[in-house]
Formats: sequence, structure tokens, C-alpha cells
Amino acid sequence: MTERTIAVNYLARVEGEGALRVRIHDRTVEEVELKIFEPPRFFEAFLRGRSYREAPDITARICGICPVAYQMSSCNAMEQALGISVTGAVRELRRLLYCGEWIESHALHIYLLHAPDFLGYPDAIALAKDHPEAVKQGLALKKVGNALMTLLGGREIHPVNVRIGGFYRCPSREELEAIRPDLVHALELAETTARFVAGLTFPKIEEDYEFVSLRHPDEYPLADGEIVSNRGLRIPPSKYDETFEEIHAPYSNALQSVRKGGGSYLTGPMARYALNRDRLSARARKIAEEVGLEPIVTNPYRSIIVRAVETVFACEEALRIIDAYRPPAAPFVPPPDRLGPATGYGVSEAPRGILYHRYRLDAQGLIQDAKIVAPTSQNQKRIEDDLRSLVTRSLDLDEAALTNMCERAIRNYDPCISCATHFLDLDLVRD
Amino acid sequence: MPAAHKPRLAVFKFASCDGCQLSVLDCEDELLAVAGAVDIADFREASSTVLDGPYDLTLVEGSVTTPEDLHRIQEIRAQSRALVTIGACATAGGIQALRNFADVEEFRKAVYAHPEYIKTLATSTPIRDHVTVDFELRGCPINKFQLLEVITAFLARRAPNIPTESVCIECKRRGNVCVVVAHGTPCLGPVTQAGCGAICPSFHRGCYGCFGPQDTPNTDSMTKNLARLGMAPAEVQRVFRTFNSMAPAFRAAGIAAVKEGEKA
Repeated sequence: MTERTIAVNYLARVEGEGALRVRIHDRTVEEVELKIFEPPRFFEAFLRGRSYREAPDITARICGICPVAYQMSSCNAMEQALGISVTGAVRELRRLLYCGEWIESHALHIYLLHAPDFLGYPDAIALAKDHPEAVKQGLALKKVGNALMTLLGGREIHPVNVRIGGFYRCPSREELEAIRPDLVHALELAETTARFVAGLTFPKIEEDYEFVSLRHPDEYPLADGEIVSNRGLRIPPSKYDETFEEIHAPYSNALQSVRKGGGSYLTGPMARYALNRDRLSARARKIAEEVGLEPIVTNPYRSIIVRAVETVFACEEALRIIDAYRPPAAPFVPPPDRLGPATGYGVSEAPRGILYHRYRLDAQGLIQDAKIVAPTSQNQKRIEDDLRSLVTRSLDLDEAALTNMCERAIRNYDPCISCATHFLDLDLVRD
Repeated sequence: MPAAHKPRLAVFKFASCDGCQLSVLDCEDELLAVAGAVDIADFREASSTVLDGPYDLTLVEGSVTTPEDLHRIQEIRAQSRALVTIGACATAGGIQALRNFADVEEFRKAVYAHPEYIKTLATSTPIRDHVTVDFELRGCPINKFQLLEVITAFLARRAPNIPTESVCIECKRRGNVCVVVAHGTPCLGPVTQAGCGAICPSFHRGCYGCFGPQDTPNTDSMTKNLARLGMAPAEVQRVFRTFNSMAPAFRAAGIAAVKEGEKA
């Protein structure tokens, strides 16, 4: 009888602090625990008693990598509670800001966090010594995403211009046009990126996923939409709590999500692409075809190609919005004069998957109750399922190879542990 | 061993959003030059390579919130020739320091189904409450150009040039119209340290204090002004109790705001 443990005590190249522990007994994987030891920060508790107006700035601080996602989901929820809706040019500017975050976050993950895995380097700095052009092009792409966020939001991390109902100030046409040449260049870089990552070598693995993403009548989903899955789910954000539940595992500071009465599911680029490929912009769809990306990607390692295709989309969408832009009459929709007690639900597509917010407000607009479910919490159970299947098929590998494989598998999901409280430490026990 | 080794840089994280260490990776034009000037000994968000200390320059993000962190910060300090904190969490407890004004047991039960699984301290405290800090870089998040200045200064063994004046000075230099004078918008600019580039007033909103107090903040006067602009004492308290609630001047102002309200 043999017992083996694989342990990674601090996962590198992910956002936040996490660990992994796998226990194997007689060639059976008995336990897979993705431990999130990022310390709890209690956002849902201290949001109580704060004004609805404060939610976008406060919740942005959950994550420095995807602050716009927190700002958008909280705005969606609060606007529903207040009974206001944001349309036209202001809504388009929200999508434009979100494009900036997708470009920045996807370029960061593709080049600085994920590509080194495929090419056998510990980090992008080492990668840059042998492949300087690739890393420089990744940084150039990332920089345009950041520049777009800075243009619209004042800075790339925790932008200051988002408020409930819209923006504090909307840009002029000239301000937006100034970034157009950079975005045209970024679009080309994103296409080059798709060709580059499609040429990497991928382990041959297929998983059976329930994909969950947003869906919109005629757009690739970014800032809003209905929640759909490839297994027939189609609900408004207000039905989220009836459909999904969170469980608290003893080893984790993050709560794990499952479908009620079902199992794990996957959110993020692979899910969005599988469910919304028909909504991609023209060049994004063309590059997906050119690089041979299958319509439904079930090999998690190939998520890097999906991220590149989505980056092409984000650049193209940003250009579309800029070209059609006419400044709105007012930068925001004002809140109603009288507030009543109300509950609002908001979802948006963070770069790494759907982000759910729910708030209950009193008649003064103070938050009575808050619930926030980050994409990494939703994917955590699915990551564990992937690891179980991967380790089961790879039991003959030695410790180092198995550990490396597990870490890579986790990075496929671009987990953000600061979000899920936060990431990773692999602990492999072989009994 | 070559005689002149490259300085060793380490980046460590405590309770935080990762945004301040992301600022290192957001220096797209300078990242490869910085990486060429130092040996990155430990920076988990960016690299799988982990080298042992000692480190010539250590950047610390985040606040101390767990029993393990109390020990970890001591070990990190012992390995660091210079230790610089980056951001509001590390210098003033961060947004998670709002627990310091509440019952953390109740917080734990409010968020988690099994609060017994969660190990946490009752407080979120800045790094300087635990170890000697050589320099504190402000901001929620920090300004990446200020970060480059701090790294450059420490590598050159000179003092960093980081102004401690108010946001108003930056705002005037930028040529903004004052949002308080022109529009009656509440603004923390007069009591807040510069460094962001006065971005909020540039977007027609008031400063919300994310760089913490400037070196001589007149918070009493600020509190009176906020009240005159229509803010209730509880609201005034909230503006001081957001991202830098443990910075001494903001902490005192938060307490005074409600006392003033009771007198009035």
C-alpha cells in the first residue's frame, strides 16, 4: 500500500495566495484540495452601513487585476435597486472601459503568467532573454489596455471615474480619437498573439464542462446580460441565488460554488467563447478560424488561445465604440429623488469569468446586506475536478513532473485569489 | 562569485488586492530595464523562481491580519536590508481595517458558513506597527512612477523624492478648476497627500483620500467644510474611514466627526 502527497505550498504566477494538496492512496486520488489561504478581508461584512454610492470604489479594492469588473457588477446591482437604467453612449463607454481591462488582464496572463509554462521558463523576464520580441509585444499590448483604462478612468488600477448611473465625466470625441492609433496597433499585436499562442504545444486533454457565461441578444458579453449555460440554463441575474450555491470547505478561505442539485461548472473565456462565438467581432472570428481554434474548446490548456481571440475582440470592439461615439447629453443617469428599501442584482464578465453582486438597501440607500461571488470561487470546484482527472491519468509521473503539471493546470484558469479571497501551495500526499 | 553582485529585490504580499505589486508589472516600458538592474529573488505573482534572502530591497504590500503574518513579517524584516511598504494596506491597514471599528467575530459569521475554519486577527494593522519600515509609499493604489522613483533611490542609496504636500498643489499645477469652489463638491484634496496627479478633480469629482493624510492636514477645518457642504456627521466619518482609516490623522478625524455632530 502506498501513500503519496503532492504539495505546492505557494503557487506562483497567480494573483493572490493559494496552495494545493493532493492525496493519492493505492493509485486512487482520494483528495484534491485547492487551498485558498489569502487572508479574509470581510468585504461583505463592512459594506453594511455604507452608502450605495460607495460600492463601486470599495468593491474595486477586492481585486487590483480586475477592478472594473467590480465597479460594473456593483453598478448593475445598485442601478437595478434604484430603478434606473443606463443606455446609449454611457453604456457604450462602460463597455469601452471594460475592453481596456480585458486587454490588460488577458495580455498579463498570456505573456507574463501563462506563456512561460508552455516554453519552460520560470517567468517572463527569463522568457524575454530568449524571446525578447514576444515579451515586448505582450507588454506593448498590455500597455494599450492600461492606457485605455487611464483615459476613461484616470488610472489603470482602481479607476476613479465610475459612479452609479454612469461616469463623473465623459470624454470628448477628440480625447477618444487620440488613442485610436494605439488600438489599431494593439489589434495587430493581438492577432500576432493569437498566432503565437496557437503554435504552442498542448497536452492532449478533453474535459466535460458545464460552461456558464453571460449572453446578450447581439453583443459578445461584457458588462451585462442573462446567465446561460450549455446545459439549458437561461436566467436573469436575479435568479442567481436560486440556481447556484456556495459551500464552505474546511481548508479554504474562499467559498466554492456549485449548481444547486448539480456539480461544478466553468466560467471565463472558454465558457464565453463556447456560448457566444456567434457574437464575436469579424476579425476575432476570422483569427479563431485562421489559427484552427475549435468552436467549443474543452482542453483547458488551450484557454490561452481563447484569451488571445478575446483580446482581438476587445481591441476591435474598442475601435467600434470610439468610431461611433457621440458624447452623451449627461455623463450619468441621476438616482431617483426618493429611495425605497430595495434589492438589486448585478453580473458582469470579469476577464476570468462572471462576477455576481447582490445588495439590499434601506430607504436611506445604506447597504443592509451584500453578497459577492467572484469568478475564481465559482471555478474553484471545477479546478479541483480537473486536477483529480489529470492526476488520475498521470500517476506514473514523478513528484516534480506531477507537481509542475498541477500548477500548470491551475494557471489555465487565470485564478485570481485576491478575488476568491485569494492563491496556491501544492501539497501532494501519496498514501 | 563576481565582486559586484546585482541588488536583490523581493516583493511580498500580506492582506491586499494585489494592485500595488501589479503596479510593478504595469511599468511596461521600464519592466525589462528594472529586471536587468536587479536580481528578482522572490516575487511570487510574477515568477516561479524563489531565492533565499537576504534581500537588498524588499517591497511589502498588504496589512497584517493573521497570526501567521505576525511571524512572517518579522522573518522578512530580518532578511531585508531596506524594507519599503507599498500602498494603503501596508501603510494604513487598508479597507480591511474597517474591522478595527467593528466586531470581527460578527464579521466572520456574516461572511462564512463555517466561521471556525477562518483564522484571522481582530485587527488589520500597517506593517510599521510590527517592524521598522525604511520608507512608506502611499496610495490605493500606489502611483507606478513614484514606485520607480523609490526603487531607483534605494538602489542608488539616496532618499526618494516623494512630495508630502496636498493634492491641492497638484490640482493647481494641473490647471483644474477647484470642484469645491466652483461646484460645491465635497473634496478631501486639502488634507490628502499628493501623488495621484489630482485625478479625481480632473474627472469633476472630489478627492476621496486614497493617498492618506498629507504632512500637515487640518482635518478639523475639513470636517467643518464637509458639514457646510451638506454632509451628515456619519457621512463625514465614512469619508475618513475608507482606505486609510488607520492613518493617525484620518483615524482621529473619523472619531471627531461624530463627536462634533453630537455637539451640534
